[in-house]
Amino acid sequence: MNARAVPFLSSTFSLALAIGLLSQPAPAPAPGPSLTQLSKEGRRPLPIVIIGDQEFVGLDDLAAAFQLAVHEESFGALTVSYKGKTIVLTPDQTLASVSGRLISLPAPLARRGTRWLVPLEFISRALAPIYDVRLELRKPSHLLLVGDVRAPYVTVRYDPLGNAGRLTIDATPRATSTVSQEGERITIKFDADALDIANPPLAPQGGQSLVQTVRVADATTLVVDLGPRFAGFKAAAQPVDTTMRLVIDVVAAQTETTPAPAPAPPPDLPGTPAPAELPPALNPPAFAIRTITVDPGHGGDDEGVKGAAGAKEKDLTLSVARRMKAAIEGRLGIRVLLTRDDDRNVPIDERTAIANNNKADLFISLHLNGSMRRSASGASIFCAAFDDDAHAAAASGGAERLPTFGGGLRDIELVPWDLAQTRHIAQSDAFAAILEQQLHGRVPLAEMPIGHAPLRVLESSNMPAVLVELGYLTNTDQEKLVTGDGFQSAFVQAIYDAVVRFRETLGPGGTP
Amino acid sequence: MTTRRAIALACAALLVVAFAWAARSVPRGRPTTRAVAAPSPTAPAPPGRKIKARLFYVSESGMKLTGVERDVAYAENAAEQAREIVAVQLGQVAEPLVSAVPTGTTLRALFLTDNGQAFVDLSREVAAAHPGGTVNELLTVYTIVNVVTANLPAISAVQVLVDGKEVDTLAGHVDLRRPLGKNLGWVQ
Repeated sequence: MNARAVPFLSSTFSLALAIGLLSQPAPAPAPGPSLTQLSKEGRRPLPIVIIGDQEFVGLDDLAAAFQLAVHEESFGALTVSYKGKTIVLTPDQTLASVSGRLISLPAPLARRGTRWLVPLEFISRALAPIYDVRLELRKPSHLLLVGDVRAPYVTVRYDPLGNAGRLTIDATPRATSTVSQEGERITIKFDADALDIANPPLAPQGGQSLVQTVRVADATTLVVDLGPRFAGFKAAAQPVDTTMRLVIDVVAAQTETTPAPAPAPPPDLPGTPAPAELPPALNPPAFAIRTITVDPGHGGDDEGVKGAAGAKEKDLTLSVARRMKAAIEGRLGIRVLLTRDDDRNVPIDERTAIANNNKADLFISLHLNGSMRRSASGASIFCAAFDDDAHAAAASGGAERLPTFGGGLRDIELVPWDLAQTRHIAQSDAFAAILEQQLHGRVPLAEMPIGHAPLRVLESSNMPAVLVELGYLTNTDQEKLVTGDGFQSAFVQAIYDAVVRFRETLGPGGTP
Repeated sequence: MTTRRAIALACAALLVVAFAWAARSVPRGRPTTRAVAAPSPTAPAPPGRKIKARLFYVSESGMKLTGVERDVAYAENAAEQAREIVAVQLGQVAEPLVSAVPTGTTLRALFLTDNGQAFVDLSREVAAAHPGGTVNELLTVYTIVNVVTANLPAISAVQVLVDGKEVDTLAGHVDLRRPLGKNLGWVQ
């Protein structure tokens, strides 16, 4: 063996490295943040050094933290050993040998003063394979998990919805939590060793927001500071793939009577207070409307209209659709299905099929308008339009007698798929009129806010259906307006109120 | 005699097959009619003869169409006249007029059926270069539909084709799977 062991950072080692430095000058490094080493024993910082656009950590720090032996070979290489397993690093090389297998690093070894520095990826790509305890590097959050520690990655999102709001807290991998209210704050305690979370988790909302801030209280606890209008909340958790999603709906003390029933808090969340103090608006829901399909227009490579400042129709429709889902599901207990919940292109027929196959009671397609004239502005609502031939064709579809599961025969009314809306025009018009009333005074409306047109996405909808244009993205002022939080909150509140009032016009079976 | 009868039966069978083929070739939306390509004018119009046609452009509000009278070359039959009118409608215009049809769109073909429906086949630019938006798309479609139906009373409906094919929509909104009737509600 041609290697000789040296005490780490011994004078011999330092001299050898100093010689190496003369032949390989490194750029001046800038001080950086630290890597938090997280284990059952606690937290320990490992300083990070930034050189160029790469993050490095000192090999001496790693050696001390993980009981590594570092040797300088006579041929210029460095060997890092742990319990008989060896990593060989070579200056100027991004390749390293890990127990005889080659791995690649984003940068070669670097030198700062008398210290050798290795890229952060050295930990996950070279050290972790030879170490006998799990090492998990989470580079974006500068966390290094050592051993069996549970540190879910937690994100917090808040969607204000006028007199309500929804906090969505995702923990990946799944971690359960306990939600409790203490005065003007809600405490969320996670069953974990630590949280991998941005700090602060949520930017201060300020103003009259129901949720003022979300902050990290300790290693596993978040605190939601509530605004003065807060009246009550309900929380529900459900797994989504590898994530546990906690949804907390908060409502404000209301000054007007708006029917807004809230389902009871789920029994699986100890500590969730019964919303006894919730406003009278929170009544059990009527069931004339059980399901609403909300269709965020366009998506994927179909971007829809693009504004001069860069706003895209497909993004805005999705953002508003998510808010609508949160508001209507959270406060009315009505199931809301989105035809897409991400940035993808969904064929028009598939959008309608989602509504039809789920027996939705209302279909709302969201869009942003465009015109060749920049002066065009205002929100509008479209219902489907059919000519006389189409009505006649729908009426002549006839009925077919088909066997039923229980025996016997049943007459099934047949309506062509693309004419299904003909049977619901009156109710669609009724909802459009109600929605116009609710939008009036809250958002700018077009000169003629309600129109009828042969719109493909509405024609096949087998339930009351409207297409709502939030405004014109081709109008610079409107683009700025519709991308704002205030507009979107007002718009969603108007939709919410329209659904409530539309439901009131329906009988228990969903008919006027 | 038997041979003649066999030949007659064969001819009848061929006619049935040909008729079935022709029926399948008819675009959707007009199942009771047969597509007939508009004949070329047999007697060319005297040079310089014009008619007044009402063309449609985007109104000042940007949410409607506005009608503008223009001279268009006279043609001897409805199909050729429709082609002349649509070609002028698709031509470039200068401010203050603004066309709802994307620049670069050209007329590939136009033919009529014997029940008063027109099929207007436009180049791919009408969809590929369309900027989107429901109202934009409605104004594009009704520019074509109205310019044909408003100027040629014998034509009651128009189906827009793109690049020779039936399309669902131009930009995701307006259903183009069947002929659309004149709608002056989009004209101020």
